Amino acid sequence: MTDATFTGESPKRHGSLTASDARTKRRNASEKRFRIYGLAAIGAGLFFLVVLLSAIISNGIGAFQQTFIQVPVYLDPATLDKNGNRDPADLAKVSTFGYTPLIQTGLYQLVRDAGIETDYEDAGDMKALISASAAAKVRDWTLAHPDRIGDTVEFEILASSRVDGYLKGRVTRESIAEDRNIDAGHLDLTDALRESGALHKSFNAEFIFGSDASESRAEQAGLGVSMLGSFFMMLVVLFLALPIGVAASIYLEEFASQNKFTDFIEVNISNLAAVPSIVFGILGLAAFIQFAHLPQSAPIVGGLVLTLMTLPTIIISTRASLKAVPPSIRDAALGVGASKMQAVFHHVLPLAMPGILTGTIIGLAQALGETAPLLLIGMVGYIATNYPDGLVSGFMSPNSAMPAQIYEWAKRADPAYYERAWGGIIILLVFLLIMNVIAIVLRRKFERRW
Amino acid sequence: MDATNAKGNVPMYDAPMRKAAVDVNENKISAKDVQVYYGETHAIKDVSVDILDKTVTAFIGPSGCGKSTFLRCLNRMNDTIDSCRVEGLIALDGEDIYDKRVDPVQLRAKVGMVFQKPNPFPKSIYDNVAYGPRIHGLARNKAELDEIVERALRRGAIWNEVKDRLDSPGTGLSGGQQQRLCIARAVATEPEVLLMDEPCSALDPIATAQVEELIDELRENYSVVIVTHSMQQAARVSQKTAFFHLGNLVEYGETSQIFTNPVDPRTESYITGRIG
Amino acid sequence: MPVVWLILIVLVLAVLGFIAGRMRVTTAGGARPHSLPNYYGWNVAMKVMVPAFLALVIWLLVQPFVVDGKVTGMIDEAAIPEGSTLGLVMSDVRRVADGLDLAVSRGLMTADSASSIRTESTDVRDLLANAGVALGSNVSPQVLEAAQAYRGMNHTGNLWMTVVVLALALGGLAWAVRETTLEFRARNAVEGGVRILLLAAASIAILTTIGIVLSLIGNTVRFFDLYSVSKFFGSFTWSPSFGGGSELGIWPLLWGTFYISIIALIVAVPIGLFAAVYLSEYASPRMRAWAKPLLEVLAGIPTIVYGLFALLTVGPLLLTVFGRDGLGWMQAGTAVMTAGVVMGIMLIPFVSSLSDDIINAVPQSLRDGSYGLGATHSETIKQVILPAALPGIVGAILLAASRAIGETMIVVMGAGAAARLSLNPFDAMTTVTAKIVSQLTGDADFASPEALVAFALGMTLFVMTLGLNIFALYIVRKYREQYD
Repeated sequence: MTDATFTGESPKRHGSLTASDARTKRRNASEKRFRIYGLAAIGAGLFFLVVLLSAIISNGIGAFQQTFIQVPVYLDPATLDKNGNRDPADLAKVSTFGYTPLIQTGLYQLVRDAGIETDYEDAGDMKALISASAAAKVRDWTLAHPDRIGDTVEFEILASSRVDGYLKGRVTRESIAEDRNIDAGHLDLTDALRESGALHKSFNAEFIFGSDASESRAEQAGLGVSMLGSFFMMLVVLFLALPIGVAASIYLEEFASQNKFTDFIEVNISNLAAVPSIVFGILGLAAFIQFAHLPQSAPIVGGLVLTLMTLPTIIISTRASLKAVPPSIRDAALGVGASKMQAVFHHVLPLAMPGILTGTIIGLAQALGETAPLLLIGMVGYIATNYPDGLVSGFMSPNSAMPAQIYEWAKRADPAYYERAWGGIIILLVFLLIMNVIAIVLRRKFERRW
Repeated sequence: MDATNAKGNVPMYDAPMRKAAVDVNENKISAKDVQVYYGETHAIKDVSVDILDKTVTAFIGPSGCGKSTFLRCLNRMNDTIDSCRVEGLIALDGEDIYDKRVDPVQLRAKVGMVFQKPNPFPKSIYDNVAYGPRIHGLARNKAELDEIVERALRRGAIWNEVKDRLDSPGTGLSGGQQQRLCIARAVATEPEVLLMDEPCSALDPIATAQVEELIDELRENYSVVIVTHSMQQAARVSQKTAFFHLGNLVEYGETSQIFTNPVDPRTESYITGRIG
Repeated sequence: MPVVWLILIVLVLAVLGFIAGRMRVTTAGGARPHSLPNYYGWNVAMKVMVPAFLALVIWLLVQPFVVDGKVTGMIDEAAIPEGSTLGLVMSDVRRVADGLDLAVSRGLMTADSASSIRTESTDVRDLLANAGVALGSNVSPQVLEAAQAYRGMNHTGNLWMTVVVLALALGGLAWAVRETTLEFRARNAVEGGVRILLLAAASIAILTTIGIVLSLIGNTVRFFDLYSVSKFFGSFTWSPSFGGGSELGIWPLLWGTFYISIIALIVAVPIGLFAAVYLSEYASPRMRAWAKPLLEVLAGIPTIVYGLFALLTVGPLLLTVFGRDGLGWMQAGTAVMTAGVVMGIMLIPFVSSLSDDIINAVPQSLRDGSYGLGATHSETIKQVILPAALPGIVGAILLAASRAIGETMIVVMGAGAAARLSLNPFDAMTTVTAKIVSQLTGDADFASPEALVAFALGMTLFVMTLGLNIFALYIVRKYREQYD
């Protein structure tokens, strides 16, 4: 201790503890400021969350309601069944063009009967009020009930998207000034019909279960078919990613010896977890469609791409769950003469299962919302117009997926589709919410602490 | 400085060569009926103790007896633990340190602390020592700061070892050097009391000897409180010793008296190795 | 024989083998078998299935190449029409062959006539149209001949595949049943097999990486055959035109990517970092329990939602402030700023939860040391904790940057489509990812440079993000080791 050459000098006496000096005041002020920055940052994050959610809900809730008009349609035998024999083959020959005038006449009659004054002389002038899909609906119903031809039947007919938008406040008298599809007179008529009770808004199940429609019929578009597309993809992901992910994790966590090959696998997994999703789309396009000639736009291809994308997530969470099982369990099993394989499959795996399932559900939720890779393999929105016929076609025939359908709607020119896109997001988020709640419940219920 | 003076010597005979006896006897910290709770656990019960200036006071006792907890109450380090609650009176120079108006930051500038494990910041040696003076604004310019740093490092008895590499990281030093650096860092803020929580428990015997020697030197300027689980160490470095057991202060007195002639049977059992 | 039937037959053989293997040891009597009876069953089933399915998969992968190669050899250079390529002719051949199959299966023609018809005697195009396969032009004799050869070879190939697969399955069955004796260590054999399966599952990660690299490299090389490397990396103009004569310089896209990512990081890093600091250092456990998951909700929201938010909410909002009616800096709702801000919001939880982990990894002893010297909480954070955590935080920011570079939907919907080199953040620009989507979802011919450029862009993107990730993970790992 030779360098302790310092000779005693009384340390500088500090002031009283209770009176804080100017410097301490400054320091405490800066402390307070710093805390406020932190709070503000959290506030900003939560504020964005609130804005985002309220934008989604306020813009999307309208999609669940749709405007309908109750139109009595006279199913005129003179046009629908010229031969008068109700032969299904003959009836089917009448296309939707045969039905359109009937509906327009029905609407015209409705307006007349309700005593509404209007400048429109001709039944055809009012067609702007009803959706172009109405004829197909009436035709389908008529073909199913040929005996009703000759009767006047009340149909709940979809109003056109402009009328729907008018009721929802999206379309105004000013905004239609340049619109070729509708004019102010139609809006007067809409008001009058609404007053008379023939026109009303009601819950729109078609939006949830229906299929996508052409670019000109926003009122008819639904998410149902693409929802099925997503469902089939999730089946593929679940049945491939879960077993493969669990098997890979068991190998890496329980059996792999420390060598270059194992390291290489680990490096691959951690890098794949961070590869942009669009790159997986390129892989899907090149490997599954170009190379393996799998059908384009098919949920099976989408499912394969999403499987490869979610595998790293599932492997990482599965390994964490396996790691959380204490070694004493393995030792106990080995101690009574079980083989390593038996110890893992009989004891470790069941104990890790809740964690594995939680991770898998989170991975599935991530896959469900993924859009970019699906666009590259052709799972775009306008394909989802028909329901798949069965299980095989569910996997193999072209379809879309919920997020791709939403993207398609957002791209369309008609603002009526924006409401659909927001509404689609509500449905998508409800699915994600359910999945996450299941994951959280699983974790809470089965979480075990050693 | 030789090792014999700490053995059984009472401070009054050791110090008067340089300091007036009055100074030595002055009360620095007085604690009265201190209770500490961790949630429901009553960790410290009814502890009253007077800690003298320019004296090394050792807290000894079996693990979990509350000696470290009590030490951390003296500069309100327990404030950082949410579930911890302190009752009773602890006064520094007659001022209640748990008074609402007291700023713990100012308090800790006066009552420095050295921890069990050396914890140099991942900065240079210079920056480690300059940290305290900088935040408290003790130096007006670079030259003054340099001077403070040098003085602290000298007082930490590590100047000669590091003076050529003040810019290298503090984490690169050996364990004993790191601990002396931490002591230098603590004295750089010119505290009046230095709390040491088992400062040698992570060190090898040679480093321990160096730190102990340093503690003995620090007594000239500071009131030093040291928690230790080693009775030999308490006997070597301290003038006063407090024995804690199960959260109670069992016995407090001159170190020589505690070790040679304990009053309480529990103290005796501990010292002779029957409890611990 | 359809592949499905083949698979079913092998599965049935496996079930039979399982029963046979089990029976052999349970009915043998005498000494106790080495393993539990089920293991003998599994051993047989495994030896039936594994070689047979392996052969099936390999055959299915290899046969198309062999057949393609042979049929391609049949088409002379001269037969390729003006303006067409061998690849296009081959896809015609495949379509005709598929059409013939379809026609046979619908009963429009017999199998014999399908392989013997000639273009001179039959209107193949009309025939195939009836079968539901529409062809763009009349079928040339050579294409028809090639298609017939293609069908023939596939037919023979499938026949041989069936034979080989069934032979392997039966051989495996016989071998495994024969080796099933009481002394046979069936458990060890089965476990060895399972182990190999586990290893195979783990190797899929490697296969995926190889797949990504191969599909990127293969098509990138094709692109650079059609378009010069120096122009791709040297040109500052991006103007694809599908008629040919496109300028495909990557710089405007890289600039757009970079600019948007920077804005995103400017939004996300301060908010995320301060939020992480507050949550890990100040927040009460109750507040932490609420605020942390709520912030992480932002990370669980799909990017399509953010894309829509950018397109329909943030874009119009910015336009009212910075647009023609406001400051006049902005032309349309889609702009670098729109995409950048929204992407920043998306990255907040990413930055905050990574930084939170990293701040929590800073040892408590450093905090104690600082408090013990009389530092305030914020001084401790600013001067001790953050510098100590800096490498980890830099790693987290790099990971966030790699996320931003690879993000697709937000820029596709929020950034606009114009590729330009501009400094105004309120201009529409585009990014590498957005152009990958637009070049591959457009109507461009797949073999044209306008479509293939997407793979070169993908390659660039892959290399950039991979580099960032490896570097970031390296930094974070080093950081963690320091405090372990």
